[in-house]
Amino acid sequence: MIPAWVRGAFRLALREGRHSVRRVGPYMVSITLGVTALVAIQSFRADVARSIEREAEVLMGANVRLSADTPWSDTVLALRDSLEREGARGARVTSVASMVLAPSSDVVRLVQVRALDDGYPFYGTVRTTPEGVWGAHLEPGRALVDPAILPQLEVGIGDSIVVGAATLVIAGTVDGLPTDLGFQTAVGPRIHVSHQALEQARLLGFGSLARYELFFEVPSSADRITLDERYDDALSEVGVGFTLAEQQARRLSRGVDFLGRFLALVGLGALLLGGVGVASAIHVYVQEKRSAVAVLRCLGAPQRTTFLIYLLQAVGLGVLGSAAGVVAGMSLQRLLPVVLAGILPVPVTPELSLTSAATGLGIGVWVAFVFALLPLLRIRDVTPLQALRADVEPATTQPWLGGFVVLVLAGSVTALCVLEAPEPDIGLGFAGGLAVVIGALWLVARGLVGLTRRLIPRRGPYPVRQGISNLFRPRNQTVAVTLALGLGTFVIALLLEVEGSVRRDLTLSFGDGQPNLLLFDIQPDQVEGVRALLPEAARAGAQVSPLVSARIAGINGETPDELRNRERGPERPEGWALRREYRNSYRTDLGGGEELVAGRWWDDTPGTEDDTRVDPGALPGLSLEEGVAESLGVGLGDTLTWNVSGVEIPSVVTSLRRVDWERLEPNFFAILEPGSLDDAPQTVIMLARVPDESARSAVQRDLVRAFPNVSALDVSRVQAAIESVLDLVRQALAFLGGFAALAGVVVLVGTMATSRHQRANEGALLRTLGARRGQVRAVFLSEYVALGTIATLAGVLLAGAAAGVLLPSVFDVRYVPSIGLLGLVWLGVTGLTVLVGLAGTRKLLDRPPLPVLREAGGEA
Amino acid sequence: MLIVAEGLGKTYTSGGRPLRVLDSVDLEIARESVVAIVGPSGSGKTTLLGLLAGLDAPSSGRVVIDGQDLAGLTEDGRAEFRARRIGFVFQTFHLLPTMTALENVMVPLELQGSFHGARERAAELLDRVGLSDRTDHYPAQLSGGEQQRVALARAFSNRPAILFADEPTGNLDQATGAGIVEMLETLNREESTTLVLVTHDLSLAERADRVVALAGGRLSSDRPGRGSDARGAGSQAPAGREPAAQASPEAGG
Repeated sequence: MIPAWVRGAFRLALREGRHSVRRVGPYMVSITLGVTALVAIQSFRADVARSIEREAEVLMGANVRLSADTPWSDTVLALRDSLEREGARGARVTSVASMVLAPSSDVVRLVQVRALDDGYPFYGTVRTTPEGVWGAHLEPGRALVDPAILPQLEVGIGDSIVVGAATLVIAGTVDGLPTDLGFQTAVGPRIHVSHQALEQARLLGFGSLARYELFFEVPSSADRITLDERYDDALSEVGVGFTLAEQQARRLSRGVDFLGRFLALVGLGALLLGGVGVASAIHVYVQEKRSAVAVLRCLGAPQRTTFLIYLLQAVGLGVLGSAAGVVAGMSLQRLLPVVLAGILPVPVTPELSLTSAATGLGIGVWVAFVFALLPLLRIRDVTPLQALRADVEPATTQPWLGGFVVLVLAGSVTALCVLEAPEPDIGLGFAGGLAVVIGALWLVARGLVGLTRRLIPRRGPYPVRQGISNLFRPRNQTVAVTLALGLGTFVIALLLEVEGSVRRDLTLSFGDGQPNLLLFDIQPDQVEGVRALLPEAARAGAQVSPLVSARIAGINGETPDELRNRERGPERPEGWALRREYRNSYRTDLGGGEELVAGRWWDDTPGTEDDTRVDPGALPGLSLEEGVAESLGVGLGDTLTWNVSGVEIPSVVTSLRRVDWERLEPNFFAILEPGSLDDAPQTVIMLARVPDESARSAVQRDLVRAFPNVSALDVSRVQAAIESVLDLVRQALAFLGGFAALAGVVVLVGTMATSRHQRANEGALLRTLGARRGQVRAVFLSEYVALGTIATLAGVLLAGAAAGVLLPSVFDVRYVPSIGLLGLVWLGVTGLTVLVGLAGTRKLLDRPPLPVLREAGGEA
Repeated sequence: MLIVAEGLGKTYTSGGRPLRVLDSVDLEIARESVVAIVGPSGSGKTTLLGLLAGLDAPSSGRVVIDGQDLAGLTEDGRAEFRARRIGFVFQTFHLLPTMTALENVMVPLELQGSFHGARERAAELLDRVGLSDRTDHYPAQLSGGEQQRVALARAFSNRPAILFADEPTGNLDQATGAGIVEMLETLNREESTTLVLVTHDLSLAERADRVVALAGGRLSSDRPGRGSDARGAGSQAPAGREPAAQASPEAGG
């Protein structure tokens, strides 16, 4: 049974609701915007996860995949035979990068050559041009190519291409391979051939960077689980990856989910901004309703009833605003797969997600509720006596109640951040950052009030003095407006700064002065010949690094097996670091992107953090990258033994390096003292800068003729591919950033309205005293300019500070503030503030003063 | 006695200094009587009305209505008491601008939780004040006199034992004001209500059973009005009681 007072409050809330929809409704748009973004992203995340899981086996083309960086060992081949005897179909896929020449056009490109056995992919259909030619690549002397190959090599179907030592005819193009993830082909187009053709091409020579995969069709899930249990660990011991289709699908959807959750944080930002908008709108509404509340109290409404009436209205409007957001979000959900098509691994079909809708509605209503609570507490301060006399001082709410509401608000915001963030830590960081920003803005606002009071110019035009003194008049809205304006500016400026810096960093890694041609698989005796093919200017600067493949054979005398069997703890090396095949190098000097942190370099250069000199004795010295040293659990003075093509080479750790992996330079986990590996089997990589694009093409063409085993990668093409992916991410960010900005404008309008009543009275009074409308406008103008300038400046500066913290720690990017952009944001938002403010007062100035003053006198 | 006020005093703090607005007022008001409270601006009339209606707590003394000491009730308890027993008419009408005339009259009933028959009761009262054709109009669409008639209907909707009226004709022209007074008296008689009204208008005050005058926050006189001749009921106070010492001249009203 609902108590009568609650039912009464419900009825009155509904009655009054018509009015509140008109007065507060427009500001609920800010909640709508936030909920729209959240629902769209959440439903979209569900769509992606579902689509990926549903397509798991099609995405792999099989049910099980084995993968390795080395040719198959006899153990694995025996495993294949036994599986095939049990009825499981198997197929090999071997991929290697190679230069390909088109004799008809004389064009050379680095492409992926992919050899496939018959039958693969076991699931899904391959689309080709001409139709139905999938399988032609298995015929001798024939190949199928990705469509991108044709324009790159300037050839057509039916033309020949030279792949290593083999010449193949292009039988058609592969337009859709179900195993392709949308963004993969952007990096390197492929040529599909048979394993015989790959052998003929002789691309799998020593040191070539090939990838070996073995796929199986195992339709029964029970069989798959048995396989997983039987082989996963055993295979990983010998450096072979074992993956089930469903595991791959889960990994993929986690990746997309992570991105989705980052986007959700932007959406949440928009929603919280919406909360600020609701708070200011309710604040104005409560001010307007004071006398109505006093009358209701006179007529016998208890405090709780009047409070409940307006709380119900706020929540009701929150429900309406959020419901509109849910509907809009579901429409947007259909748009996102189109916008993000390029970075999605599978085609995504939108489905109605009731969970997302319910969550969005719940979060929206809750945000409206908690943000409305604080201004609504003022309802409790209204005494019935105010209906009889206007000059009654309102009672003050119990301070503990206000404190409690603030706690609920802070707790809710933190919980929402943690709920929506990719990881709880990120959510907590987001909430903490928000708290710091709000705290800083609050300090700025208080400082502004205090400073203007002290520094108000005694002379100067009257409107300016009056306008500025409005900032600290009793019951001013300086703090509220500064918070809302500053927070909005902060979000917009921060998004712009992060995006701009990430983009600049990318240009720096690939841009002017950086090497742009990577030559690899060079045999040591070919180095000078290859160098001679480079243009004169590029020869001296070309960086040459030998590459020696090696595995770890022991640490301080213990074998990898013994190390793996150690108790779990800080001393036990991590599995990946023990198992991986290392590509080590040796050289005399430290690289440009390296910093020696501990020990001494060969030439006695001391480490920056620890300069201990380790004497390796008769053994060669070893310099390890600090991260891998930590994973291996080794430090200065430890002995690492390498297995290089069956020969054991012990070495002593004499230094640790910090490596900037972002720089396009040959970087290595392990560098040995020169002299120790001279005789080991090795290949060489060369990095050169050839600024002219046609010169780069010429080098590649000459190279494939003179040294068919050497591959070249034009880095600017990689840069273009990465940029196209980043562009899509940026589009998504900009799209949601737009929501935040729009919510910011609604907040701006809301906060400007908070002092509208006061301004109306003031304007009317000034005009009664003889002020012209222009003078009254000048008063408002100077107030808005002062407020807008300082609040947005605070937002911009805080965004700069936040970017300075976020970029190095989260994005690993150095932050250089873009002063021009920040200045533009500052001026832009200030201008908008003044415009919105003046637009709001225009109507006030058009009304004759008397009715305004009379209304202020005693309207219920 | 329906209303008993003993040693009623109220002190506000203004600019950090205490300001005594009402000082030791004793007053008894009989059931179904009409009492007018008069006095110059700042004499404490409105404060006295507010205290008698339980809108505020006195600094000293107490108010007992129908045996219920208001000091024994919480803020919300006093609100519920008002909802059941008290009606109000204000100088500036104080209709809720967002509700129609009918809805305004229904408010006190809905606050009490008596939803059943509320609409009929409100419609009947609007009919009695001559506004049966204006029920769906909003306050802004009504003249001042019509607004005050809606306010009268609202004041009587919860069948109050006591009606407090604060300058009910203060915002109206003479003719309209006279009409409102007629209507107030009629309703008051028909509903058997005790009426306490604060007014500047001496001719209106004279129509009461009893006229209580305040000056400087103290009772300065308490005498029968012309209404007592007609009704034969009312004042318990001796006629022509003289005022006690004057309170501070800056006391507010």
